[in-house]
Amino acid sequence: MNRFLTLAAGIGVALAAGIAPAANPPKELRFALSGDPLTFDPLQAADSNSETVRYLTAGVLVRVNRATDSVEPELAESWKLTDGGRTLTFHLRDGLKFSDGSPLTAADVGNTIARALDPKQASPTGDTIRTAEGTPEIRLLSIRDIAIRYKTPMPGLDRLFDQVGIAPAPLAKGTAKLPVSAGPFFIAGYKPGVSVTLQRNPNYWKRGLPGIDSVRLDIQQNRDLEIARFLRGEFQLINRLDPGNFDRLTREKPGTARNLGASLDSEFLWFNQSPAKTLPEWKRQWFRSAAFRHAVSLAIHRDDLVRIAWKGHAHLSAGPISTANKFWFNTALKPLPADPQQSLKLLAADGFVLREGMLRDRGGHPVEFSLITNAGNRARENMGRLIQEDLKKLGIHLNFVPLEFGSLIERISKSLDYEACLLGFANVDPDPLAEKNYWLSSGPQHFWWPLEKTPATKWEARIDELELKQASEGSRESRKKASDEIQRIIVSEEPVIYLVNPDYLCAISTSVHGAMPSVAPPQLLWNIEWLRLQ
Amino acid sequence: MPRKLAAAILILVIAGAVLAPWIAPFAYARQFRDSPDAGPGGRFIMGTDDVGRDRFSRLLYATRVSLLLAPAAALVSVVLALAISIPGGGGFAPIRRPINGFTTICLSLPWLFLFIILRAELPLNTAPLTSALLTFGLMGVAGFAWPARVFTASVREIRESGWVLQGRAAGMRGWRIAAVHGWPHLRAIAAAQFRVLVPVYILSEASLGLLGLGVSDPLPSWGNLLQELQHPDRVRANPWVLAPLGLLIAVTICLESLQGLPAGRRRE
Repeated sequence: MNRFLTLAAGIGVALAAGIAPAANPPKELRFALSGDPLTFDPLQAADSNSETVRYLTAGVLVRVNRATDSVEPELAESWKLTDGGRTLTFHLRDGLKFSDGSPLTAADVGNTIARALDPKQASPTGDTIRTAEGTPEIRLLSIRDIAIRYKTPMPGLDRLFDQVGIAPAPLAKGTAKLPVSAGPFFIAGYKPGVSVTLQRNPNYWKRGLPGIDSVRLDIQQNRDLEIARFLRGEFQLINRLDPGNFDRLTREKPGTARNLGASLDSEFLWFNQSPAKTLPEWKRQWFRSAAFRHAVSLAIHRDDLVRIAWKGHAHLSAGPISTANKFWFNTALKPLPADPQQSLKLLAADGFVLREGMLRDRGGHPVEFSLITNAGNRARENMGRLIQEDLKKLGIHLNFVPLEFGSLIERISKSLDYEACLLGFANVDPDPLAEKNYWLSSGPQHFWWPLEKTPATKWEARIDELELKQASEGSRESRKKASDEIQRIIVSEEPVIYLVNPDYLCAISTSVHGAMPSVAPPQLLWNIEWLRLQ
Repeated sequence: MPRKLAAAILILVIAGAVLAPWIAPFAYARQFRDSPDAGPGGRFIMGTDDVGRDRFSRLLYATRVSLLLAPAAALVSVVLALAISIPGGGGFAPIRRPINGFTTICLSLPWLFLFIILRAELPLNTAPLTSALLTFGLMGVAGFAWPARVFTASVREIRESGWVLQGRAAGMRGWRIAAVHGWPHLRAIAAAQFRVLVPVYILSEASLGLLGLGVSDPLPSWGNLLQELQHPDRVRANPWVLAPLGLLIAVTICLESLQGLPAGRRRE
C-alpha cells in the first residue's frame, strides 16, 4: 500500500513536472570551466575559474559596461567622487536582499570592504583598492549610504568597485554551506572535478532577471572535448576559442563561431637583463644592448606569425597596449615591419660579425641563446619555431625549449635562470594602471629584471616617473599623456619585443539570445543576466 | 605474420632511416611558409605540418632518431638490469636483500617529478641532438628497475630448477651451469624485455617533450611527431598525421614476429 502511494505520488509529480515544463521549460545554460574554482569567496578569487563564478554570483556596487566602457549603477543607485577624488560615497538601492532573503545594507558593504583591505586576508581584490599611503577610512552614513575616504586622490576609483563582490559576514572555515550572494545567480551546488551549479537569485534587484533559470559550469580541462560537447549541443557557450578550433566550428556549425578582432591580449618575448649569475657576462651585454634587441625584433616576420601560427586570427602588435584598447593605445605607434637587412646593419654597428653562417660578438662568442615558453600552447609553440627559423637567417642559433608551466614561472620570477622568454598575457583591465607591477623597475613582475633596486637606465627611470604620475593623477587626459609616453619608450627601447595581439574568438550556440561579447573579460559573460535561452 | 614479410618491412623501415639524406625531398627543418598545413599530394607527398615543413622528410629523419636511440636506451636498461639481477637473484642474502631493496625503491620513485627536477638542473642551451641523447640515455638508466624485477625472479627460478640441481649433482661447475643452463633461458627473457621497452621509450619521449626534455625543435622524432595526435582535428584534416603511429605499431609487431626465429629453427 505504502509503495503504491509513493508510486502514485511519483506519477503525480512526474505529471506535474511534465505539464509545467511544456509551457515553460527550465532554462539551463551550460558551458565549461577549465578547472575547479579555487575559492568561492569573492574577495579571494584570483584564478580565472573563481573569477568567472564570482562574476556570475557576487553583487557589486557598480559595473563597468564592457561594451561602452562606462561605469553603471548596480547595487549602488548613485555615487559621487568628492574631495578632489579622495572620497567616494555610495548610495544603495532600497530593499536590497541577498539570495537567502536577508537584507543587504551599508553595513554589509562596509564589512566587505574592510575585509578586503585587511592585510591578514591577503585579498587579491583588496590589492586593487589599496594604496601605499595607509588604509582608507570607511564611514557608514546611514543604512543606505557609505563613504570611503583615501588620503591621496585615486584615479579611476569608482571603476575598481566593479571587482568587489559584496558578501555577508564570512562563513567560518570548514563550513559546508555554500555562500549566499547578491548577483544574478547563487551557488546551488558544487561537485569537485565535475561541476558547479548556479541557480537564479530570486532576490536579484533587477526585477524579472536573469532570463536563465540556472547555469551549469562543467569542469572540462580538455579544449578538444569542450568543442566536441559544444558540437553535440551539450554546451551553449565557449568563452575562449583557439584559432584551429575556430576554423573547425566555422566549418562544422556555421553561425556559432565569432571573431571580435584583436583582443586586449598580447604575445611577446623579452630577454633576461638581470644580474643573475647563471647568465654569462657577454650574453648579458647582448641583452642589455638596445641595438641587439632591435635587430632580433626586426628579423621576426610578424605577418608570418599571424598567418601561420595564429591561422590569420591575430593582429600585428604595435606596442605594449593592444590596438583594440581604443582609449589607451598610442595611435602614433605602427606595427614593426620585418627588415633583416636593417637587422644586420644594426648588429654590424654593434660589433657583431657574421662568419660562415654564424653570428659572433666582439669577443668572438657565437650568438646562441635559448628561448623558453610554456609547453602545450600550440600557437605559441609554432611562433617559437618560426622565430627560430627567422633568427637562423641572421646567423643566430636559437634553442627553443617549451617547459612545463610551473618551472617556467619559477625561472622567470624566482631563479632568473633563463635567457629569453616567449609568453602572452591575458589582459583583464583595459586601464594600463593594472600593469604597473610589470613596468615599475622595482615591481615584482618587472619582466626583464624583477625588483631592481634603482632603475638601471635613464629610460627605465623615466618609465618609473611616468608610472607614478599615472597612479597619482586624477584626470584621464593627463594619465593618457603619461601612458602614451611609456608606450613610446617601450617601443623605442624594446626591453619587451611585442609580436601579435591574438583575436578574441568565441562560440555562441544559436539557442542563446542577447549575447553581446566584448574583448574585455569576462568577454561573453559580462551581460549574463540579459541572456535568454530558446 | 610470415617471418619473411616481417623482416622485409623492418628492412624497408631501416633502409628508409639510413638513406634519409638521399631519399628525403627536403631538409627536415625547412619551412615552406607559403603552404602550411598543406594536404597530401602534389609537391608534398604527405603534406606539410603547422609551420609548412614537409611531413615525409620529417618522418624519415624521425625514424632515424627513434629507431637508433630507443633500442639503444632499451639495451642500456636490459644490460643494467641483468648486471643487477644476477647477484640479486643469488643465494647470498647480504647482497640479495640490499639489491632488491634498491630496485623496489627505484620502482616506487615518482619519476615524473624527478625528471622535472632534472630538467631544472640541465642547461637550457643544448643542441637538439645532445638533448635527444640525454633524454634517451636517462630513460635507459631510469628504466632498469622493471626488467630487473623480472630477471631477478627468473634467476631465482632457474637456480632452483630441476635441471640446475641435476647439473650440480652431476658435478658441473658454477660457471658452466650458468653458461649451459642459465644464460639460454635468461637470454630469451631479456630479449622479450628489450622488445617491450623499445616502443615504451619511443612513447615516453613524447611525454617528456612536455617537460622540456625530449628531442627538441627542429629535430624530428616519432615522439614529437606523435604529440600531434593530441589534436584529433588534425587527423581528420590529414590522415598522414597517423603515419608515425602506424610505423611504431608495424615495427613493434615485426620485432615480435621475428623473435621466435631461433627457437623455431631449432624445432625444424
